[in-house]
Amino acid sequence: MANTATVDELGHSPAVRGKNYLNQTAGVWSWLTTVDHKRIGIMYLVSVLVGFGLGGIFALLVRLELLTAKKTIMDASQYNQAFTLHGAAMVFLFIIPSIPASLGNFFLPLMIGAKDVAFPRLNLLSLYLYWIGAIFMLAAIVTGGVDTGWTFYVPYASGVSTTSVISATFGVFVMGFSSILTGLNFIVTLHKLRAPGMSWYRMPLFLWSLYATSIIQVLATPVLGITLLLLIFERAFHIGIFDPTLGGDPVLFQHFFWFYSHPAVYIMILPGMGVATEILATNSQRRVFGYKAIAFSSVAIALVSFLVWGHHMFVSGQSELSSAIFSFLTFFVAIPSGVKMFNWLGTLWGGSIRFTVPMLYGIAFLFLFAIGGLTGLFLGMLSVDLHLHDTYFVVAHFHYVMMGSTAIAFFGGLHHWWPKMTGKMYDENLARVGFALTFIGFNWTFFTQFILGTRGMPRRYYNYLDQFQPLHAFSTYGSWVLGTGFLITFICLARSLKTGAPAPADPWGGATLEWKTASPPITENFEKAPIVTLDAYERPAEETA
Amino acid sequence: MTFDPIDLGSFWMPKQSSTIAQEIDTAYYIVYWLDVVMFFGLMVPLAWFMYRYRRRTAKDKVSDITHSTTLEITWTIIPSLLVIGLFFVGLSGWMKAMVAPGNALEIRTTAEMYMWTFTYPNGNVSVNELVVPKGQPVKLIMSSKDVLHSFFVPEFRVKQDVVPGTYTTVWFEATENRDTILFCTEYCGVGHSDMLARVRVMDKADYDNWQETGLMPGEKPLPPAELGKKLYATRSCNTCHSLDGSRIQGPTFKGIFGRTEQIADGSSVKVDENYIRESLLEPNKKVVSGYPAVMPTYKGLLKETDIDALIAYLKTVQ
Amino acid sequence: MSAKAEALGGAEESKLSPQFHVAHHFDKADTQFDAGRMGVWLFLVTEILLFGGLFCAFAIFRSKYFPSFVEAHHHLDRVMGGINTIVLISSSFTMALAVRSAQKNEKKKTTILLAITLACAAMFLVVKYFEYSHKIHDGLLPGGNFTAADFASGHPGIFFAIYFMMTGIHGVHVVIGMGLILWILLRNQKNEFSSRYYAPVENVGLYWHLVDLVWIYLFPLLYLVG
Repeated sequence: MANTATVDELGHSPAVRGKNYLNQTAGVWSWLTTVDHKRIGIMYLVSVLVGFGLGGIFALLVRLELLTAKKTIMDASQYNQAFTLHGAAMVFLFIIPSIPASLGNFFLPLMIGAKDVAFPRLNLLSLYLYWIGAIFMLAAIVTGGVDTGWTFYVPYASGVSTTSVISATFGVFVMGFSSILTGLNFIVTLHKLRAPGMSWYRMPLFLWSLYATSIIQVLATPVLGITLLLLIFERAFHIGIFDPTLGGDPVLFQHFFWFYSHPAVYIMILPGMGVATEILATNSQRRVFGYKAIAFSSVAIALVSFLVWGHHMFVSGQSELSSAIFSFLTFFVAIPSGVKMFNWLGTLWGGSIRFTVPMLYGIAFLFLFAIGGLTGLFLGMLSVDLHLHDTYFVVAHFHYVMMGSTAIAFFGGLHHWWPKMTGKMYDENLARVGFALTFIGFNWTFFTQFILGTRGMPRRYYNYLDQFQPLHAFSTYGSWVLGTGFLITFICLARSLKTGAPAPADPWGGATLEWKTASPPITENFEKAPIVTLDAYERPAEETA
Repeated sequence: MTFDPIDLGSFWMPKQSSTIAQEIDTAYYIVYWLDVVMFFGLMVPLAWFMYRYRRRTAKDKVSDITHSTTLEITWTIIPSLLVIGLFFVGLSGWMKAMVAPGNALEIRTTAEMYMWTFTYPNGNVSVNELVVPKGQPVKLIMSSKDVLHSFFVPEFRVKQDVVPGTYTTVWFEATENRDTILFCTEYCGVGHSDMLARVRVMDKADYDNWQETGLMPGEKPLPPAELGKKLYATRSCNTCHSLDGSRIQGPTFKGIFGRTEQIADGSSVKVDENYIRESLLEPNKKVVSGYPAVMPTYKGLLKETDIDALIAYLKTVQ
Repeated sequence: MSAKAEALGGAEESKLSPQFHVAHHFDKADTQFDAGRMGVWLFLVTEILLFGGLFCAFAIFRSKYFPSFVEAHHHLDRVMGGINTIVLISSSFTMALAVRSAQKNEKKKTTILLAITLACAAMFLVVKYFEYSHKIHDGLLPGGNFTAADFASGHPGIFFAIYFMMTGIHGVHVVIGMGLILWILLRNQKNEFSSRYYAPVENVGLYWHLVDLVWIYLFPLLYLVG
């Protein structure tokens, strides 16, 4: 066949001076109407970073208020809005789309040797829906705020709160469609557009994690959709299904909500695990240990994640039998994650490890995910959860998995793939400083909160007992270090766009297809369509020994 | 707080002040140590590999071993057995916590924004104060008047959501004569973090005496204005009415007695004994204009002597 | 013959619609067709999950308030519901025929069948309009808006909350479906479909069958089951 070439013939293609996807066409309109998955990925990237910044500002405000036991800088109702908006912005504007919509969109087609995703226009629609949903959420912030907690529990959210609940939840509803369509697009792309020779078991594991994530996005998000719709109708028209005075059941809302939101946390972590695999494999210069175990464990997590939502509700009033069943199943969703940890260590074993900036993030991921995952075991145990539910222990646990694992993996992936996406190298020393402050600040802020939690400090508290003040203050200081770390990281990456050295096609010695094309890639991704002959992460013989 | 709300029993945990606390703490420490072992079991190899396999040359020889089925099976089966063990440990304490003993003293509990009301078997009522005898199982039958709340006593290791429209129950047996704190631990709005109550544990004899006379052990009856001052704090009036002139949810009590207030419907009223009494029992009948009609009623929650005491106290607030 | 026709296996040029082309990122037409169909099926799965939540709510409240649900459902108009069922099933039939005739290059027949499908859908909505008007008039409304008298059991408002949410969201899907069918009809008029390229017709057909299927579950559960 004409126009094809094997991967090892391609080798390292020279940095293409001149046309690439960034400068192929110019002007805002060409970006806003693009169907190029790479441009869409970049626009998502900018958007989720803005969402992260917004959520981060709310976080700093929350922690600042908690510096003292009573009022510090705001009153109770402002505080309630601050923690609600921190959660909602972080979950919906940042973390759910973060890796799949930015890094996933950019690299999925490259990694399978395709020119684009299966439905490029649908991809653009996903982006538009994300923006439209975000606008409704931002509108909520400026027209009365939201003070229900990101979980919108009823009856408070459906009838008592006087804030802009409908605008915020409608925004989330619209963003849900963005998530569904991205997942749908990725599933079809992986099934139909793999390059010749790229079998399922030759795909990079990042793509297996995106596949598993997409399954969850497609199956779980519609349930969030109907839940929020019911909440909106309850609030607007008092239809009664959640209102006990009209015969409704407030606990039913929790079941519906968590049926999505538990699988949603795996939408968050699975791509992070995929990125970690890529970083660890690349920086160990060897094939991944236990490829199939890692691949299947991703799918297993996706499927089992649908069976455990009730572990958020052990004390909600649901039946004891339900609680027992949910607890039992919860432990089984932990096992595949453990399997991955062992296989990641196996990948480092016998490797040639280079401590690049992405690798620092990869190792931090292993450390922080170990803590995050292991602390989940406390919460899965029925009797222990009686004490720990709705305390700061839960807050610490989920920050270790959402921020310490997913966000760290996201920033690791950003550093790993930054040269490929932008064609620029960043200042590695400054990046290391940013990383170090982030890592130290994160543990400083959140490990403290495990202690607050076991000692009885409840969540979502504006005022608290004086005896908790020293630990709260300590945690707040940590948040300042964490914030500084992220600020330095942003500055480092932003500066590289102006002053960074030009990036080679393969700065890290990678073994996956995206490194076989220029940095940044041309719009069509590859000059010659690849044919894959090597196994996953296998390097041609002459590159080793 | 005028008492030590939560005493620490160890670095991590509060004091064990109920019969079930010890079992729950044991379960906690089982998973804690298991986690510590697993954490170091992962991190020590990580640290070692980082050192042992660090890159030395550009062409290091790397392992080509890509899988080991034996290892996969081992590190799937062993953790599975361990977590099943954890499940049963958790289940055991849970089952005890879910089933109250037959001889439990039942106290009806109502949660609302933002206070706790406890109704004892003899009809006595206390607000924001749960008085219980030591060494006797106590079962709370709880419901909410408005939104979700949650009953949490850290020192007892008990927690249960309080739901509107249905009853939920929780039980405990306190083991020490002491006071500790009760939190609302399901977010319920602007007063969520102020929705605290005091749990007072005492010998059965003292408990019975309190039920009869309303006096705590060692307490002498208070003169009305002083009793009123105490009630102002313990019955949550202070959550919405300040003493210093500042505005919270309701009008300030500073200089209130004898004042003339404008009512929402345009008329005016003098704040005298009758108006105060009416505001306690039917608070939304004459709401001062400019304030929301959100005051909960204290009908059934205050004895006549309590109402007299509050009136006496308000006369003194200048 | 054009190079394109040759590349596609030499089909008669008259059978190729001028707008048809294989998108640049697909290796061949079959892949594009398969991908499109897979995408639509995945989308239908999301719809099943969406309605699934409502069916769950129905099941839960029915078991909680059984007498109330039985009493309330007698106030639903079975005749109108039955007409709507027949109308929708017929529209699914004409839709399936339309896909078939598009496959067979029968442009005129396709247009007629799509138009009949559209008409059936419109009729469904008209009957729905009358049903809803009666309910509103009689005060048989969801939750706090329920004002009808002569109800022996408690909480009929819950039944009507579920009824209106389910039939309402279904109705929204019917409207969307009408929009899609109209779009396909207009594209057909512009000669865009042929035996080589009829994927949009088939895909809209799949969506429409789902809309019908949801109603087929909805009707007996809400209207018939005592």
